[in-house]
Amino acid sequence: MSLKKIHKDQPKTFEFNEKSMQAAKKIVSNYPDGRQQSAVMALLYIAQRQNDNWIPLQAMKYIAKYLNMPYIKVYEVATFYSMYNLSPVGKYFFQVCTTTPCMLRGAYDLVKVCKKKISENENVLSDDGKISWMEVECLGACVNAPMMQVNEDYYEDLNEKKLLEIIDSIYQNKIPKPGSYSGRINTEPVNNRKTLLGNKNA
Amino acid sequence: MLRDEDRIFQNLYNDSGADLESAKLRNDWSGTKEILDKGREWIIDEVKSSELRGRGGAGFPTGLKWSFAPKEIGSRPHYLVINADESEPGTCKDRDILRFEPHKLIEGCLIASYAVNAHKCYIYIRGEYFNEGQKLQDAIDEAYKNNLIGKNALNSGWDLDIYIHYGAGAYICGEETALLESLEGKKGQPRLKPPFPALIGLYGCPTIINNVETIAAVPTILRRGAKWFSSLGRPKNTGTKIYCISGNVNNPCNVEEEMGIPLKELIETHAGGVVGGWDNLKAVIPGGSSMPMLPKEICDNMKMDFDTCVENKTGLGTAGIVVINNDQDIIKCMARIARFYKHESCGQCTPCREGSGWMWRMLERMAAGEATPDEVDMLFDVTKQIEGHTICAFGEGSSWPVQGLIRHFKDEIIERNKFDPVVKKDQNIPYLVDQHLLEKENA
Repeated sequence: MSLKKIHKDQPKTFEFNEKSMQAAKKIVSNYPDGRQQSAVMALLYIAQRQNDNWIPLQAMKYIAKYLNMPYIKVYEVATFYSMYNLSPVGKYFFQVCTTTPCMLRGAYDLVKVCKKKISENENVLSDDGKISWMEVECLGACVNAPMMQVNEDYYEDLNEKKLLEIIDSIYQNKIPKPGSYSGRINTEPVNNRKTLLGNKNA
Repeated sequence: MLRDEDRIFQNLYNDSGADLESAKLRNDWSGTKEILDKGREWIIDEVKSSELRGRGGAGFPTGLKWSFAPKEIGSRPHYLVINADESEPGTCKDRDILRFEPHKLIEGCLIASYAVNAHKCYIYIRGEYFNEGQKLQDAIDEAYKNNLIGKNALNSGWDLDIYIHYGAGAYICGEETALLESLEGKKGQPRLKPPFPALIGLYGCPTIINNVETIAAVPTILRRGAKWFSSLGRPKNTGTKIYCISGNVNNPCNVEEEMGIPLKELIETHAGGVVGGWDNLKAVIPGGSSMPMLPKEICDNMKMDFDTCVENKTGLGTAGIVVINNDQDIIKCMARIARFYKHESCGQCTPCREGSGWMWRMLERMAAGEATPDEVDMLFDVTKQIEGHTICAFGEGSSWPVQGLIRHFKDEIIERNKFDPVVKKDQNIPYLVDQHLLEKENA
């Protein structure tokens, strides 16, 4: 939860750029007239994406003005939900799931690798400033445990060795292929599929 | 085992692609207009007689829920909200529907919104499923382009707009009223019920909220008939269900099976059995982490449907089956689940906000063997103080797994926790101020 701590070096100003503005307009039009407050979550995402994956206070003030709602309401939303980063994170943000289904299949081994290869503590940038990691709660890919999320992609069916390979290639600026790392297709049982075989062979 | 042709989600593993063309080959969007032409009463009656129960966890009859929506549109518009905020540990079925069977969901949205008089449908997807949401958005765009939804959808005279709304990593937003709060751009804290969302929901308007799997199953049910669906499973527990089998099994997987399939058959046939053999089984969580666990003796003859689960003091929930074998420390597993609930409590009601932390800390100490035997009963008492004393069902969800642990593995906890805090008479501890009270003559 430490990412809910407000960063001490805040930028003086924040404004949506052209691309963000267009996206914001489109989102606001999804909701009925007078209900533009609904768009606050999406707009915070847009601000986060524009600002290197974290949200400064100025962005919250800007969004509050844009949606014509009190600043404190935006602040409330930004601090309530866990996916808004209020401090800078690495360009590659590793989120390792350690809830019970992943834990049963060795998620804490992945945490050990992260500690060794990235940084000793959560939410601390690696030496070259590219990667940071944190433990998160269930990411909803339990049959592909243990797994982790890097920015928006899921990496599934991992083990220590495969995670080491992923980290190494990211250090070399090569982004590995997301998905399952045990050679199976999506959520089918490995080497044991007994259903929908007609579709598989079609 | 269920026959392949009776499976609703033919593309569960993405053998053929999620685009409209492949979806049509799987019979999606065939005869949808004819279904709409039969009228909303026929649709609701057919869903009622199929005895479809909500797949999001509570198992509420879907047809009944739809019939709660006002029959005519009054001064306020109606809304349909799809709950795709799948965050229950052990559950990952909606993810596969969103990315591989989006057209089943969209078609279901059209039928459901017609049945409940809604012109707008919001799909609330958890923020982590960004890629899955993008795939669904592609499918929605495709559907707009082919006039399957939008103005005068399928020339049926019905207008429908579908929008995606991303959550941002709050488990509590899977609770329907918290989801509505979140959709309105507020903190996701549940509302008091009544009033129920069917009358006063999103923006104060009548709102029907359904799970992804429920809605995605509806088109197939209406196409093949309620009789077909209710012939599967047993009365009141009909149809098929996607089971997610995770944890200590050889081949963890998602699989669609008939309701009421024996748990042992499910694990042995599809998931390749428990690691170390069936005898190495310790316990199973049958329905996502908020449902109480079952020890091996019950699992031997357990059937997976709503009512059998309730008879065994647990619940089918979302059918996220977590298998735990003897190599694991069961108390540690539950302590981790308690930590999950401590992290996700929204903080609105005191018993849940404080109690979830108490349960976590007590269980961590019990896992380390630092608790006293009496504390086991105290922990059970704490769970009873949370359960039923909160606005939403999170209180039950966080206390039931702990109750399940104590119900079935109390001996094991006591065995490990022999710590005795009472200072014995002959021990002379200088910093203990009240030591004189231990001497009988001074007491």
